Amino acid sequence: MSAENTNAKLIYMANQIATFFQSQPANEAAQGVATHINKYWEPRMRRKLFEHIDRGGEGLNPLVLEAASKIRRPEAA
Amino acid sequence: MSLIHEIDYGTPASTSEKLVTLTIDGREITVPEGTSIMRAAMEAGVEVPKLCASDMMEAFGSCRLCLVEIEGRAGMPASCTTPVAPGISVSTQTQRLKDVRRGVMELYISDHPLDCLTCAANGDCELQDMAGAVGLRDVRYGYDGANHVAARNNGDININWAPKDESNPYFTFDPAKCIVCSRCVRACEEVQGTFALTISGRGFDSRVSAGMSEDFVSSECVSCGACVQACPTATLTEKSVIEIGQPEHSVVTTCAYCGVGCSFKAEMRGEELVRMVPWKDGQANRGHSCVKGRFAYGYSTHRDRILNPMIREKITDPWREVTWEEAFAHVASEFRRIQYQYGRDSVGGITSSRCTNEETYLVQKLVRAGFGNNNVDTCARVCHSPTGYGLNQTFGTSAGTQNFDSVEHTDVAVIIGANPTDGHPVFASRLKKRLRQGAKLIVIDPRRIDLVRSAHVEAAYHLPIKPGTNVAILMAMAHVIVTEGLANEAFIRERCDWSEFEDWAAFVSEPYHSPEATEAYTGVPAELVRGAARLYATGGNGAIYYGLGVTEHSQGSTTVMAIANLAMATGNIGRPGVGVNPLRGQNNVQGSCDMGSFPHELPGYRHISDDATRETFEKLWGVTLNNEPGLRIPNMLDAAVDGTFKGLYIQGEDILQSDPDTKHVAAGLGAMECVVVQDLFLNETANYAHVFLPGSTFLEKDGTFTNAERRINRVRRVMRPKNGYADWEVTQELAQAMGLDWNYSHPSEIMDEIAATTPTFALVSYDYLDEMGSVQWPCNEKAPLGSPIMHVDGFVRGKGKFIRTEYVATDERTGPRFPLLLTTGRILSHYNVGAQTRRTENVVWHPEDRLEIHPHDAEQRGIRDGDWVKLASRSGDTTLRALITDRVAPGVVYTTFHHPTTQANVITTDFSDWATNCPEYKVTAVQVSPSNGPSDWQRDYHEQARQSRRIAGKLEAAE
Ligand code: SF4
Ligand code: SF4
Ligand code: SF4
Ligand code: FES
Repeated sequence: MSAENTNAKLIYMANQIATFFQSQPANEAAQGVATHINKYWEPRMRRKLFEHIDRGGEGLNPLVLEAASKIRRPEAA
Repeated sequence: MSLIHEIDYGTPASTSEKLVTLTIDGREITVPEGTSIMRAAMEAGVEVPKLCASDMMEAFGSCRLCLVEIEGRAGMPASCTTPVAPGISVSTQTQRLKDVRRGVMELYISDHPLDCLTCAANGDCELQDMAGAVGLRDVRYGYDGANHVAARNNGDININWAPKDESNPYFTFDPAKCIVCSRCVRACEEVQGTFALTISGRGFDSRVSAGMSEDFVSSECVSCGACVQACPTATLTEKSVIEIGQPEHSVVTTCAYCGVGCSFKAEMRGEELVRMVPWKDGQANRGHSCVKGRFAYGYSTHRDRILNPMIREKITDPWREVTWEEAFAHVASEFRRIQYQYGRDSVGGITSSRCTNEETYLVQKLVRAGFGNNNVDTCARVCHSPTGYGLNQTFGTSAGTQNFDSVEHTDVAVIIGANPTDGHPVFASRLKKRLRQGAKLIVIDPRRIDLVRSAHVEAAYHLPIKPGTNVAILMAMAHVIVTEGLANEAFIRERCDWSEFEDWAAFVSEPYHSPEATEAYTGVPAELVRGAARLYATGGNGAIYYGLGVTEHSQGSTTVMAIANLAMATGNIGRPGVGVNPLRGQNNVQGSCDMGSFPHELPGYRHISDDATRETFEKLWGVTLNNEPGLRIPNMLDAAVDGTFKGLYIQGEDILQSDPDTKHVAAGLGAMECVVVQDLFLNETANYAHVFLPGSTFLEKDGTFTNAERRINRVRRVMRPKNGYADWEVTQELAQAMGLDWNYSHPSEIMDEIAATTPTFALVSYDYLDEMGSVQWPCNEKAPLGSPIMHVDGFVRGKGKFIRTEYVATDERTGPRFPLLLTTGRILSHYNVGAQTRRTENVVWHPEDRLEIHPHDAEQRGIRDGDWVKLASRSGDTTLRALITDRVAPGVVYTTFHHPTTQANVITTDFSDWATNCPEYKVTAVQVSPSNGPSDWQRDYHEQARQSRRIAGKLEAAE
């Protein structure tokens, strides 16, 4: 497995989280995604997520993008 | 120290609240109504002679030794079968009674060998005791007549004699010594619930036999040992007792296998373990056990155990034995070097669900305080992490709600994705007992597990779902409950957030959640789902028990929440007989989670970002704690592949075998610079290790395990660690080598630290545990006696929270290349990856993993029973032998993962639960085809494993 693959995996994981919160009441969904990622994702993972979002966020569920402003951005490495 | 003798009251305790007073031998005694005279006498301190009675089972009344006289009543009733009555006056010793008892004993002894001096039960034989008790002085009849004792009578073959049955690896059956008291038969029925034994014939011809006159090992017998424990003579005896002799002292401790957490007396002779006997006061097991806990401890002295620390430069080098000092210094300097070179977050640790709470606590402390990050995780990641998440969201605690005793009050039991007879045998026995009393059973499982139909147990409903559709089926049940008006509104209004309930109820009422609509993908006929839902909602106390078949899915956490929703909607929470009960796999999964093994939380499930909690620990530990969550196991492996994670300390886990997608795990481990494995054996993960630290067994250390019912049980040391150190000492020395000022002199001091920092453990200490036997957390000011049942007056989080749980199909789908669904499980005689059980005689029951396949699928592929087949998924392939059975539905195949050569996890994919990354073990799309032998991967793997187990200067370690 390569680093590219681990990136794809991260996108997949973020989308899985979004899929769950999509079914929750609409006003809670984005906050739900953000809280979940803030609580459980190590800074390295969040950093990679933001790098991907900054590159355009291809492949990410729109709910992840919507949640991005509420996700804590780790300091650059 | 001495042998713990438990009092046998002769008959079980009565649960009646009405009291009765009577006199026995002039002593007045008050007991609950329904108590036998025998038990009342014992409570008054008078031991009536007995042979066929034991308080583990109902009275039988066959030996006629326990007769008593009651003033004003004629005859001599048996005290075991006669209940007490108000005001009666009982005599246990009169001339008449003495004469009858002596006569009875004389008859017994006349058909019993007189080899007491060389008998294995000498000193522990109730027949011997009773002969002494009744004053038997001579026996008038010899063996000339009909008897069961001698192989030959006057030179002729004695047809009544039968040879010893030594087929079971752990105990023998010697019919010549049997007094046909039927205690074994009743123990097998009433205690174990297997019904393997019968008494055939009548009168003098009656004899005990296993199954249809089979030997024990070929019969239905599951080797639980209840019959051996019940036998008053040497007829059924542990082979270890025959070999070693009677024990001289015993120590109460806790089984290190499964989450039931059975209490045992370890019966010892010096430092040699003679036998394990389940402890009647053990509140999880009440004197019962399974084959693993009672018999499968031989691994602790197995020759494969590694007793010296070892180091190597590269994983292709042979191991080099070193001193402990060298090993500690090496690990410390490597970890410091890696952190200097790659950053503070480049190392981490994994705690063990097999080790004690204290050991787990120390490993997470080492990571947080010593490594300065939160990269700590535990193998609960791969089993019950969704339980923690799901129950915490809905109820507010990451644990099951009941104690095991609760099942005695259950009217409807729902088993989802668990196979208790194999995974949690002692709980299964207790459940079966309740089912025989009339409780109803609903099984939701792709496979027809034993409980669906077995001796005297039949499920009211079996919903054979397609793997991966748990949420859909639970939503369909919720749909029925809500739309048919079966929800318990009063309970919901009082205990839960009503508007959240309304939202949820509207959601589940959508027609697309109905059983009719979901039938297409769950594969379960709608009528069955409706029937099961109605039964659960209206059948009285409903209790849900679930296992890894729930958690190990992409939607594991969602399923746990769906279960919690159902329990709240029907009001099945907060009293005996109901609840949501995860059946935990390993012995200390609950404890390892409680002790802060997850990267985002400190002990007691408090998030690492919580300033007050961090402060508690910072003050005590004198460090600043990182407030960001750390990496979970799969994330560590990903980071290793990315090159940012380089060092891992693994205590008592075998992630290469237990984690999914073996190739990915291997790639991750292979990318690290210092992997430290602490274990009993050179496990599979050790193939990728640079340092091996020998571990110790549960017999060699003090500590505590916390079982699936949140019960904190003591583990007590009965022998010195063969490797020199208990596991907590190894971690402590390692911490010291890294410059940490740790000075625990006993695990009790670690528990004191846990109690001081963790509110749910506030009153727990070794002294308190000694006094109470065990306690269930929370155990604090508010609940000084512990908490057998949770959420009694309200949910821990305040109001119970209903959460929408939408079914989302897993991305692991069948298609033309991989048309079958593989699901995995375990069997009774082995445990997890089998590292221990494979090193015991338990292998007689399960020498290899087999692939269960439906006859239809087998025929299509030209596969016959016992053929070698190739099992392939998009991750990889392996080979094993097929077992053709209709236990699995067409389209579904099933296997266990107890043997490393099978490597079932080469097949499993890296899909995982959305919330916790718990891997999706229970659904993998596969293809099965005929094969003629091991796959390339198996061959390569075997060769690599052999190479990496070499120890310089030693012959190859065996596996
Ligand atoms: S060992 Fe257990 S299952 Fe086997 S015969 Fe005895 S009681 Fe029954
Ligand atoms: S084997 Fe033991 S318990 Fe069973 S009937 Fe014989 S003496 Fe009694
Ligand atoms: S393995 Fe489980 S059921 Fe068996 S003895 Fe141990 S704790 Fe009890
Ligand atoms: S002990 Fe009462 S009849 Fe045997």
